Amino acid sequence: MDHHVSVTVDGTVYSGTVESRTLLVHWLREGIGKVGTVVGCDTSNCGACTVLLDGRSVKSCSVLAVQADGAAVTTIQGLATGDEWHPVQVAFKECHGLQCGYCTPGMVMATVDLLSENPNPTEEEIREGLEGNLCRCTGYHNIVKSVAHAASLMGGTK
Amino acid sequence: MIPAEFDYVRPGSVAEAVAALKSGGEDAKVLAGGQSLMPVLRLRLGAPPVVVDCSRLPELQGITETGDSVTIGAAATHHAVMTSAVVKSGVPLLAQATATVADPAIRHRGTLGGSLAHADPAGDLPAVALALDATFTIAGAGGTRTVSAADFFVDYFTTAVGPDEILVSVTFPKLGAGWGTTYEKFNRTAQAWAIVGVAAAVKVEGGKITEARIGLTNMSPTPVRASAVEAALVGAAGADAINAAAQAAAEGTSPTSDLSAQADYREHLARVLTGRAVCKAAGM
Amino acid sequence: MTETLATTTAFGRPIKRKEDANLLHGRTNWTDNIQLPGTLHMALLRSPMAHAQISNVDVSGALAMPNVVAAYSAADLGDLNGGVPCVWPVTDDIVMPVFPALATDKVRHVGDCIAVVLATNAASAEDALASIDVDYAPLPAVVNMEQAINNPPAAVHDAAPNNTCYVYNLGGGFDEVAAKADVIVKRRFINQRLIPAFMEPRAVVAAPMGMSDEITLWSSTQVPHILRVLLALVTGIPENNLRVIAPDVGGGFGGKLTCTREEILVTQLARKLGRPVKWTETRSEDMVATHHGRDQIQDIELAATKDGKFLGLKVTLLADMGAYLQIITPGTPLLGMFMFPGIYKMDAYSFKCTGVFTNKTPTDAYRGAGRPEATYAIERIVDEMAAELGMEPMELRKKNWITHEEFPFTTVAGLTYDTGNYEAATAKALDLFGYDQLRAEQKRRRDAGDPIQLGIGISTFTEMCGLAPSRTLGALKYVAGGWEHCTIRLLPTGKCELITGTSPHGQGHETAWSQIASSILGIPVEDIEVVHGDTGRAPYGMDTYGSRSLAVGGQAIKVAADRLVEKARLIAAHQLECAPSDLEFREGVFYVKGDPSKSQALGAVAFEAFTAHNLPDGVEPTLQAESTVDPQDFSYPHGTHLAAMEVDTETGKVTLRKYVCVDDVGNQVNPMIVEGQVHGGLAQGIAQAMYEGAVYDEDGNLMTASLADYTLPSAADLPSFITDTTTTPSTTHPLGTKGVGEAGAIASTPAIMNGIVDAIRHLGVNDVLMPATPQTVWRTIQSAKGAR
Repeated sequence: MDHHVSVTVDGTVYSGTVESRTLLVHWLREGIGKVGTVVGCDTSNCGACTVLLDGRSVKSCSVLAVQADGAAVTTIQGLATGDEWHPVQVAFKECHGLQCGYCTPGMVMATVDLLSENPNPTEEEIREGLEGNLCRCTGYHNIVKSVAHAASLMGGTK
Repeated sequence: MIPAEFDYVRPGSVAEAVAALKSGGEDAKVLAGGQSLMPVLRLRLGAPPVVVDCSRLPELQGITETGDSVTIGAAATHHAVMTSAVVKSGVPLLAQATATVADPAIRHRGTLGGSLAHADPAGDLPAVALALDATFTIAGAGGTRTVSAADFFVDYFTTAVGPDEILVSVTFPKLGAGWGTTYEKFNRTAQAWAIVGVAAAVKVEGGKITEARIGLTNMSPTPVRASAVEAALVGAAGADAINAAAQAAAEGTSPTSDLSAQADYREHLARVLTGRAVCKAAGM
Repeated sequence: MTETLATTTAFGRPIKRKEDANLLHGRTNWTDNIQLPGTLHMALLRSPMAHAQISNVDVSGALAMPNVVAAYSAADLGDLNGGVPCVWPVTDDIVMPVFPALATDKVRHVGDCIAVVLATNAASAEDALASIDVDYAPLPAVVNMEQAINNPPAAVHDAAPNNTCYVYNLGGGFDEVAAKADVIVKRRFINQRLIPAFMEPRAVVAAPMGMSDEITLWSSTQVPHILRVLLALVTGIPENNLRVIAPDVGGGFGGKLTCTREEILVTQLARKLGRPVKWTETRSEDMVATHHGRDQIQDIELAATKDGKFLGLKVTLLADMGAYLQIITPGTPLLGMFMFPGIYKMDAYSFKCTGVFTNKTPTDAYRGAGRPEATYAIERIVDEMAAELGMEPMELRKKNWITHEEFPFTTVAGLTYDTGNYEAATAKALDLFGYDQLRAEQKRRRDAGDPIQLGIGISTFTEMCGLAPSRTLGALKYVAGGWEHCTIRLLPTGKCELITGTSPHGQGHETAWSQIASSILGIPVEDIEVVHGDTGRAPYGMDTYGSRSLAVGGQAIKVAADRLVEKARLIAAHQLECAPSDLEFREGVFYVKGDPSKSQALGAVAFEAFTAHNLPDGVEPTLQAESTVDPQDFSYPHGTHLAAMEVDTETGKVTLRKYVCVDDVGNQVNPMIVEGQVHGGLAQGIAQAMYEGAVYDEDGNLMTASLADYTLPSAADLPSFITDTTTTPSTTHPLGTKGVGEAGAIASTPAIMNGIVDAIRHLGVNDVLMPATPQTVWRTIQSAKGAR
């Protein structure tokens, strides 16, 4: 069964035909070429596929593309404004919050969401806020520092 | 990884949803947040011919309150539930337990109704609904009916919701003043399902527990009330009495043995964690 | 041998990574991104059974499914059904079974490949798998190693009726020293099976290139060069017609140090069908189809005098090979073989390892590859000896370790450690840890009978990395060398290309190699492009694993850069009309000594080398230099790791409260990257101790077959770490650097487990199985109580 969908992704409206079973992450990657968002697992544990859907973090592997019809999606590719990096991107680079980079799109989008709800998180709140995003390279230590640094860049008082 | 083919329909009303389920046959599945259904589909553990998306049904939205209860639409997301001022003040135990479900991204999509109707024995919310004697409003071809929590959970992954019915809303009584609550979740890692969970609500008057409600997660195919503990807690004042009462926590349970825990360890945990949860809820 | 690097100090600075801009903006090139016109997507039918005879593999049902272009069984493929190679026949009489890409008459582990489907889209390929018919005649599953060799329910391979792949012996003399010992402590440790679980699932694309016979293969691999050689040997494709590219690779940890069934099939089928073929694994496939790590049963005996002087060590291992031998499967335990004595002096060391076939996923390298297993055994047995003797475990270590003055030191295992300073690292670690205060708190809790007990875990480790001197590899029967290559080109416009044979997958080589070259050549880091991972552009290399890229690859960079400067010197001297020895080279510029107004920058030399209008006789145009370095020795970083462990004795739950480590990796190119490598290693080693374990049931089914059941830690399950370093430069590396990639994973596991045992030893516990889940710890306490 096919459906027509129209989704605003990173500020641009994309329309297309999807099967019922097409996952949002596959439509992003293969349907519209947004390869910055990746797939890491099949049980919604790893969070590498995290994007913002209508402003909230979701795991795009557990959303059907047809469910995103009419919605606005933000991916890692839509965070920067022209040449100006998003503070979370700045912070991850400054704090060495990534190594291989595969978990990074999801980790960054989860961080954007975390800080939108809690602009001034404690270390414990950061760690719990990222419990849905697995990383195998960094041991999380510098990711936590990156999030705290991003919070300060964005005006959190810590 | 990629689900088998299925038809997707998004009805505009409960009546349409019920009709879609009926025409879809007994293997049709309701889709709400999809956080339980999507992994099943991706691993091809299930292959429903049609998926009925109920997440946007107007009748399933919203959180409302009366003087003595809070009614939550089945499609309310976990995030909406745990951040709702109405829930936090009226049914704090539900907010506490919901905050432990999965992770933030999953909570943005997963729904209260979906979790309860899925009835995973390791799910956190059924024990809360049972402890609080929630009532469930279910819609079918013949109209709506209400079912008590005690009757709602029938077996593992099985509830009173029939094949052509959908859960519309869940109503939680407010406990009122003098009650303390906590949800104690014991797991191997933060992402992992509860090995055992304890939903505890206790009323403390004059330094003593006068009433207790204890729901246990993952101690049986359905959530269970630790009724023996509830009875033994009346009059308890202090940690020693609470822990003594908590020794009855495994009574009436039939925990499984799985990769995370054998049954005897679960029983032990139920006793220890019930004591701790009650102490915390009672402030003793 | 250690030279100080001149001038521009990009070397040693924690500069931010060049890799990050692309990675942080989703401008990535994962193999799965590749979409070529005409691609056929490959799906594999995998065995649901651990051990069975298979017959009547019938793919006709799949061929009838929509969008399916081809489907093959092993019989259909015939000679194209290449064999997965193993490059390490560790003994002359090793049993090396044929390992076909598609199983022919038997399946030997859950996940073994039976048939392949190719369709025009991935979903259709997956859909078609259910239509393939196979007759299975189940056989008993071989799951328990001791049973496999002593009382086998079946033979995994007919050539090994008692499932013994090999027996390897090293050393000896333990019995003699044991006879004279006052104390012998004996323990059995289980170093459990793990799954590498890199975040990027493996993917492979092979494409015939236009009208030629060339095939280009993209693979999420750590070893593009090795893969090229092996695929050429396996498939018969001439090596010069094969180009292998590792694009962006999302983690490896040894799990992508492979030549796999899937890579062979994709390559063969692309050539056969004349179209691109693509395969991307699902995570569920990864759990059973990518090799597993570790899996040893270790019987360890340590003999000592009553004063705590170590006399000898005896190690007897059963090492689970799994169902087949992959690239270095039999050799992984031998990489650890030399490291069981650790940092300690002793008179005798006996080692025996039996490689055992089982009906499980093959094992192979996983971060540390043999050395974590060795370090675990020695650091645990040392703590057990301390308990036996009533000595402080740190004091026992100090009494036996190689002192700083004794380096270089040749161990009882035959390795010569070049440098080290265990005293300095330990003193720093103890101070950072607050050792005395934590011991005091431990005593308070113990005296009070607190339900939460505290333990202190110690791990003082060294490791053998920087694979490896080629002659040593040859002596060990490893069928490859351990050299590394670098070519540096200075382009006419002043930019620099650094071509390396290393193949990074998160380690920051583009940044670190730029720093090395920049500090020698005086060229800004941002003007240096590091080219890697593509045999078409970087033809020579031995790739990245075994903490070798800086330890070996870094040597090649240094030598090549020095050679480039020397060639430039000849040109500059000629053009400045002086002798080469009259020039000094500073910050990228040649100056005439005594007359610095006469100078020529390296970039100008490069342009002169391009125009060739005025080159000295005998000097060829273009400015480039290369080096292929065979390291003279392994690299021996070391460190002291301390863990404060809380054990809730009522529930068994363990909490890592504080983790301190001081590591000595010699000179550091980029301390930020070094620290990041340590963090990542710590997380994996801690996870082995506390969270992870691949579990099989008695029928050979993998019970931990998804990330829901194989519990990797998230940020919420780990604390921040306190890390520091000491610097004792290597004397066998011109940069004075040592390897670091695996150190954290090697050191941390015994630190955690020693801490847990220390917390509850007073309850009668002297070992806890890994992972130390709450149930495991609780049961261990109950058993100990029951035994009293």
